[in-house]
Amino acid sequence: MSTQPNGGASDAEPIEKVSIIVSKGSLEGVYPGLIMANGARMEGIEANLFFTFFGLDAINRAKHDHVKVATVGNPGLHLATWAGGIPGVSALVTHKLAEEMEKLDIPPIPEFVEMIAESGAGLYACKASVDLFGLGEDDFIDEVDEVITVGEFYGLAAGGQIIFT
Amino acid sequence: MSTTTYAGAPVDVDAEGFMTDPSQWNQEVAAAIAAEAGIGELTERHWQVVEFMRKAYLESGSAPSIRTLGKASGVPITELYQLFPKGPAKLAAKVAGIPKPRGCI
Repeated sequence: MSTQPNGGASDAEPIEKVSIIVSKGSLEGVYPGLIMANGARMEGIEANLFFTFFGLDAINRAKHDHVKVATVGNPGLHLATWAGGIPGVSALVTHKLAEEMEKLDIPPIPEFVEMIAESGAGLYACKASVDLFGLGEDDFIDEVDEVITVGEFYGLAAGGQIIFT
Repeated sequence: MSTTTYAGAPVDVDAEGFMTDPSQWNQEVAAAIAAEAGIGELTERHWQVVEFMRKAYLESGSAPSIRTLGKASGVPITELYQLFPKGPAKLAAKVAGIPKPRGCI
């Protein structure tokens, strides 16, 4: 085969480090960053996760098991906005999606975040958002390494790629 | 696909060095692949992962995910990454003589 659809051998310099920002608090906003981080570790790439704004819900011990699909204002669902707003619809769509994900061996958010931490990735919370929402370190799961400023984040990200989600 | 030699035996591999015919595998081949991949001497814990991986592949036709490895191989995820720092699922599959896992998780 001359082409390498799944990466593979290439002359380009390999990526050795990624720092991924998770800024959204919807299910579809959280998973891509987690999959990118876990996938990086699976390839032996160093990875950091930086949770900011509503993305903090993914590491908030009271909320990380209740992250839902946005059923309003989400044209990708092809669901009428009025229908998406009916109470329970977001929970139902989230439940259905969770079932499909389990079939594909994609863990729920709390387990996934724990797995990523165990794989050696760093987990950080954004100080500005933590202050804004009146949160403290106790609000976060134990796997979170530290609450850091944006400047400290850039320090951690030095020498690698930054991915914003 | 090409043919290379591990532990004195001809072995079919893909462009990234993953074996394409698991029946050509044996423990000496595994040790030679591990040495080449920079894993070094295979410990009992490495073997536990490699054998689990191989058995799962031969039974189901696909390599287990990291999640499954962590839950069912008897080696927790933290240790999997210590044993195979450059990627447990990928490297354990390589040493186990099975094709490269294609999963994203």
